[in-house]
Amino acid sequence: MMGKSTGNNLLQRIMLGTLVVSGMTAMTTANAKEGFNFFLTEAVTPLAHEAEGVHVEFFTIITVLFFVALGFIIYAIVNHRKSKGGQPASFSMPATRLQWLWFTLPFIGLFILDYVVMGIPAYKAAIAMEDTKTNADMVLKVTGSQWKWQYEYPAEGIKFVSTMSTPREQIDGKEAKGENYLVEVDNPVVLPINKKVRILLMSSDVIHSWNVPAFGGKKAAIPGFLREMWVQIEEPGTYRGQCAQICGKGHPFMPIVVKGVSEDKYKEWVALKQVESAKLAASTGTVWRMEDLMKHGQGIYEKICSACHQPDGKGLPGVFPALAGSRVVNSQFLDESGHLIKDRHLDRVMNGKAGTAMQAFKNTLSDVDIAAVVTFERNSFGNHMGDMVQPSQVKALR
Amino acid sequence: MTTETMAATGLSHAEHHHDHPTGIMRWLSSTNHKDIGLMYMIFGSIMFIVAGLLILAVRAELLFPGLQVMQPEMYHQLVTLHGAIMVLAFVIPAAIGFNNYLIPMMIGAPDMALPRLNNWGFWILTPAAILLLIPFFLQFFGIGDGAVAGGWTIENSPLSIQAGLGIDFTILCVHLLGLSSITGAINVIVTIFNLRAPGMKMMKMPLFVWAWLVTSFLLLLIIPVLGAAVTMLLTDRHFGTHFFIAAGGGDPLLFQHLLWFFGHPEVYVALLPVWGTIPVILSTFARKPIFGYKMMVYDFWAIGILGSVVWAHHMLSMGMPLAGNLFFMFMTMSISIPTAMMIFCWIATIWRGSMTFETPMLFALGTVIMFGIGGLTGLVIPDIAAYAQYHATMYIVGHFHYTFMGGAALGLMAATYFYLPKMTGHMYDEKLGKLHFWVTIIAFNMVFMLMMIVGLEGMPRFASDYPSAYAGLNFVISTSAFVLGAAQLIFFYNIIKTARGNGAKASDQVWEGASGLEFTLPSPPPYHTFTVPPEVK
Repeated sequence: MMGKSTGNNLLQRIMLGTLVVSGMTAMTTANAKEGFNFFLTEAVTPLAHEAEGVHVEFFTIITVLFFVALGFIIYAIVNHRKSKGGQPASFSMPATRLQWLWFTLPFIGLFILDYVVMGIPAYKAAIAMEDTKTNADMVLKVTGSQWKWQYEYPAEGIKFVSTMSTPREQIDGKEAKGENYLVEVDNPVVLPINKKVRILLMSSDVIHSWNVPAFGGKKAAIPGFLREMWVQIEEPGTYRGQCAQICGKGHPFMPIVVKGVSEDKYKEWVALKQVESAKLAASTGTVWRMEDLMKHGQGIYEKICSACHQPDGKGLPGVFPALAGSRVVNSQFLDESGHLIKDRHLDRVMNGKAGTAMQAFKNTLSDVDIAAVVTFERNSFGNHMGDMVQPSQVKALR
Repeated sequence: MTTETMAATGLSHAEHHHDHPTGIMRWLSSTNHKDIGLMYMIFGSIMFIVAGLLILAVRAELLFPGLQVMQPEMYHQLVTLHGAIMVLAFVIPAAIGFNNYLIPMMIGAPDMALPRLNNWGFWILTPAAILLLIPFFLQFFGIGDGAVAGGWTIENSPLSIQAGLGIDFTILCVHLLGLSSITGAINVIVTIFNLRAPGMKMMKMPLFVWAWLVTSFLLLLIIPVLGAAVTMLLTDRHFGTHFFIAAGGGDPLLFQHLLWFFGHPEVYVALLPVWGTIPVILSTFARKPIFGYKMMVYDFWAIGILGSVVWAHHMLSMGMPLAGNLFFMFMTMSISIPTAMMIFCWIATIWRGSMTFETPMLFALGTVIMFGIGGLTGLVIPDIAAYAQYHATMYIVGHFHYTFMGGAALGLMAATYFYLPKMTGHMYDEKLGKLHFWVTIIAFNMVFMLMMIVGLEGMPRFASDYPSAYAGLNFVISTSAFVLGAAQLIFFYNIIKTARGNGAKASDQVWEGASGLEFTLPSPPPYHTFTVPPEVK
């Protein structure tokens, strides 16, 4: 680097040479090996391929840079030590024009690396990621809420909530862990392959982040704002991810599962879902019996409410209020003219409580779900209100 | 001790007019830069141990998939406290300790320019640290829901607005820490501009002093912004404002902008003091002048200025406009150039030297290489194409530990071994020092290299539980982390042993190749030094 090397010890030169060459060889073989992409998840969308390409290129560059610098350090450590009896040099600045050239060259090189070799692909990728609208085939709305994802297909009229299906026993170690421990859900998102899907992201409470590594993307879901990304899945398969923004105690337990299927299968799935929601809409109009409401409500409670209010309805003191014996639950929820009484049971469930983890469930749950869960809570955990809420009432109150 | 050292410096009793108190009052009311410096270092060490224990509990939870040791609520508190304490209550106070102890001796000044402010700045720290930790202990008595738990940057402002009293305590703690940092920064600037010995021109100052000058200006720039941000959060929580609440017209991302405007330069606040120490240690043990002194001074300023305009690269997946993303990507890449220039100068400093490898030199070389890895793995992150694969994963955690622990903490250890004989008058145990180095460097790389790999494979941050695919790597990371933690016991044992007077007597110069005003003083230096300014040629 600076002037001529002082020693002419052949052995040391060979050692240094071997180090640099072996580093480089390790790199090249690693790259040549099929599929080695510096540990990234295998890409299945155009953006993920772009990310993978850039990632491999950049990691190759920084590994080479590291071994070159390390080579110089090790060469100096081996050769320029006191025990070798060498006298220290005294230079502290580049002196000649040639030395200045040697000094400047690495930084010109680094500048080119930064802004040409790495900069141009990164610039192109940034533009491609930003373009969510051109030729988009369909729209998927994703709403994050503590600690589940709600999906909506606006054109198809489908809407459902997706929560983690890993049982608590597996988490606590009382049962053996399944194959897809923590990355399995009750209702996966289904998307057709080879279609450009525009994904709109929003949140009903805190910031979340929708993240599927195989799609090469994550994007924040921010309350009050709309964010966009796009995916175009190239191969059928099941792709998994997890929320990537710390969002409270359930953060590790809100996975994302996306199924990429052929267009025919996708159409079948849409038809099935549409029938389901038509049934649901029809049942809203009918009068439900108490037992049915209680049974349906218990399911909803265990899935949605028990994370905070606990399975026994006693809550967590100081953090999440109890429902058992609660004044909010054990009181009238409608006034004489049939309007919601503020801060009573049904109002809380439908409209939430600002500034707390209690969100407005009218955005997430169907009329039947709300009616059933409120009925269940009023008649469980030692609460004996004896009344019930009909889905049609909830519908009218929206 | 005092009379002895007074005699050693040849000061008459007439000059020795203000006797200092002894016992507890010596420390409580001290205005002496060496006492205060020592207290800062001891405080930093205690905080380092506390935060280290917290993270070992976290690693115990991560040994296996599933929840064995604690629930996510507790896990998030421990991780958050670990980060907050390490960044705010360990790195900065420890570095301030070195500046207090060394800067007056390095520039030939009798003390810091504002000694009472100095005392005040230190004693604010203790209540601040207590405020941060109180809610953690209150939860065991059924009061509140524990300490702050949203990550040390508390960047999810809607979550902070939901959270319990832990966040209020943290906000007050941040205010106190901020006051402390501002007083410290003002003191450094005033001291450097006014108290240099005759002949100590700016361009003759040791690099450590330069680094602290830049650091101080950075602190003055960023701390008020942090103070404003957390105050706005406090009023959002309790007084009905809507700075960060979208439903009232606020913007949750505004908090992240303000927070990272503080948070990114904070990285350089932690690193600059180390960058000022490393070349000095390298040149001492290479017995060769520092290469590119002037270039490094300009590098410090370049990094300080560039580092203040790149904050939003922490937010590239938050959905900023394209122009913003591109600006922050390209600005961030530009920092690689002054940083690389600095590393180049360090390598050139040892090139064709006559090196010996005492513990400080081992740590300095280790810092150079580890920081090199931290810098290079950071160079790829702002690239928008692959950003989403890195952001909020364990890759980021591994990367910033290479800079924070590999750069700042290992650098501070190098500085500790380097100046310990000067401070105590005794040489530390070289064998233990070397053992500490080798165990630390091997365990460190095991932990954080594997952490980057498990992150690239997709494991998110802040996850108290993880899918089975990441089980093997996490087991190795956790066990290595326990070894890394245990190795630090050797470090503190060695320090205490040396401070108690074991080990050979250190000469004034301590190291064969050492130069600088502080190495013209006796070891340990007398209580008051340079009451008559030295003449610098």
